[in-house]
Amino acid sequence: MNTFLGMPARAPRGVGHLRGDQPFPVAAREALANAQLRRNLQHATTTIREKSGRVIAELPDWQELRAAGSALKAYTMANLPALLEQLEERVTAAGGVVHWAADANEANRIVTDLVRQTGERRVIKVKSMATQEIGLNEALEAAGITPVETDLAELIVQLGNDKPSHILVPAIHRNRSEIREIFLKAMPGVDPALTDDPPELAGAARRYLRETFLSTRVAVSGANFAIAETGTLAVVESEGNGRMCLTLPETLITVMGIEKLVPAWSDLEVFLQLLPRASTGERMNPYTSMWHGVTPGDGPQSFHLVLLDNGRSAVLADEMGRQALHCIRCSACLNVCPVYERTGGHAYGSVYPGPIGAVLSPQLTGVADNPTLPYASSLCGACFDACPVKIDIPSILVHLRNQVPHPRTEAAVMAAAAYTMDRPKLYASAQRAAKLARIAGRRGRGLPPPLNGWSASRDLPMPPKETFRDWWRGR
Amino acid sequence: MSSKDVVLGRIRSALGSGVAAPEIPRDYRRGSDKPDFDLLVERLADYKAVVHRVGAEAIPAVILQIVGSGTVVVPPGLPTDWLPAEVEAVVDDGLDADRIAAADGVVTGAAVAIAETGTIVLDASPDQGRRIITLLPDLHICVLRPEQVVASVPEAVARLDPRRPLTWISGPSATSDIELNRVEGVHGPRNLHVILLEAQ
Repeated sequence: MNTFLGMPARAPRGVGHLRGDQPFPVAAREALANAQLRRNLQHATTTIREKSGRVIAELPDWQELRAAGSALKAYTMANLPALLEQLEERVTAAGGVVHWAADANEANRIVTDLVRQTGERRVIKVKSMATQEIGLNEALEAAGITPVETDLAELIVQLGNDKPSHILVPAIHRNRSEIREIFLKAMPGVDPALTDDPPELAGAARRYLRETFLSTRVAVSGANFAIAETGTLAVVESEGNGRMCLTLPETLITVMGIEKLVPAWSDLEVFLQLLPRASTGERMNPYTSMWHGVTPGDGPQSFHLVLLDNGRSAVLADEMGRQALHCIRCSACLNVCPVYERTGGHAYGSVYPGPIGAVLSPQLTGVADNPTLPYASSLCGACFDACPVKIDIPSILVHLRNQVPHPRTEAAVMAAAAYTMDRPKLYASAQRAAKLARIAGRRGRGLPPPLNGWSASRDLPMPPKETFRDWWRGR
Repeated sequence: MSSKDVVLGRIRSALGSGVAAPEIPRDYRRGSDKPDFDLLVERLADYKAVVHRVGAEAIPAVILQIVGSGTVVVPPGLPTDWLPAEVEAVVDDGLDADRIAAADGVVTGAAVAIAETGTIVLDASPDQGRRIITLLPDLHICVLRPEQVVASVPEAVARLDPRRPLTWISGPSATSDIELNRVEGVHGPRNLHVILLEAQ
């Protein structure tokens, strides 16, 4: 029993947002039919690529920082048990309470119980991928607790009854006029004269959330970094909604994936240079908050840290795939990906879209539950070049493709091909027979069923009029 | 078996007989450089902070010029000679949130500033106060001494104490959530003034 419990486990089914309703190619085809979505994405990703490229070029030591960031994450993974125990000890010594959650269900239960104990019926939330991943909002709502998303993009998603489509900017698929429509329709007390001028939209969110910030006594956050050496936690943000949630309430509950750890305080000097430049294309994001347990008289007087596995240990067990856990959620790989730029994030079906999602989601759930995501890439390698911690996403994609269960027809065809290629006479006649395919190809049909699936998304080269062997013999 | 044992057991089993931890290559810039004040001013302004470069004796006049006849919240340890007589200063001795939010602004010192990124860091020292006072008013005036300015992020991290609540501020509140462009003015102070004192 104990050895069984100790085996790495995948994220459970039936909870959270790691599995899509339909395979990627189907969802992608629907997304591609949406011209407005493609225009919005192209505009946003082009903007961010330019900004990011400019501020990265300002640093003469960007590559050295990437190398350090990559090694620091590998070091963290290699020492994860000891570092997690150190973090627990330091957070506890600083007045915090540490909880361990094996999966999404357990994390949701812990957070729900903690909120219940305060007697409050509403929590304010800082944008957090981990709580999106585990479906915390749904769990809280089921318990009669209202979660209020305070990040502008999350608010747009929540008010629009929508799903996030980007790690950093969950409403990237919406342009300013769509955001205005959503606010006019769903934001209580909104000024009907609201225009689609971005500062005005930001001002509307400021007015709408102010009272909620001042009157809500429990906040739920994620964490960008947790320092094992000191027990310090850090949230990197822009708007100040994070500062509100981390400062004003009496109780703070932070849910953090076990891979978010950083060994030493001084290591932040690397990540605080990598993250903002790769992520929002800023030299530094407007606000970063760091806290150390509970500070008497300043900020929440009750602090809980929930350490979440939910499939991460299973990712860690894969020697090749474990580097996906190095991700610092900057979303640079999304912004440079030709596939993401055209399909958007919803097509990936998971809260983690884009290239990093295509390697992280199938590993968290098991490849069988996300079999099409490893193919949601052209393997162009732009994501690897853009990644501030040098995750080799294309290699993991290829590695995961080898784990996808393949249909029997494909295996049979491959076996037949191997048999034929092993026998020169048989191969020569097969080549001559292939000339017949010129007729099929001319009609643009690709391969006949049941093999047409294979050629639906691949160009089938036209066989030559004469095979090499025939040409050689007649020379 | 506790959940802690389950999670740690899974991780240990995932790592198997052990994974070699790499050496960390620290070839990036770490040494201490002379801070470039002009660069700091440029980077602060680039993120829409308003910068005033004056001598210490001019602090009250600058504050008066920014605030006019308003009310400012001040932390308990703020040097009193920074404040002009015309401005009403409310000392934070545990003020409630509504009172702080009603003020026209807040005046603080700082712990560290980073020239390369245009960042100021507050560490809740007596001249900076509780985190809430620099959050709710719509105007933050931050007085910066030249010796608090460092060139780069690594130097700032080395100077700061990770056991204190830290707030890193780079410009006024902003968002990139609408079409991925930076727009100033969401929940934090929408006006950030930095008074950078001249070296004596």
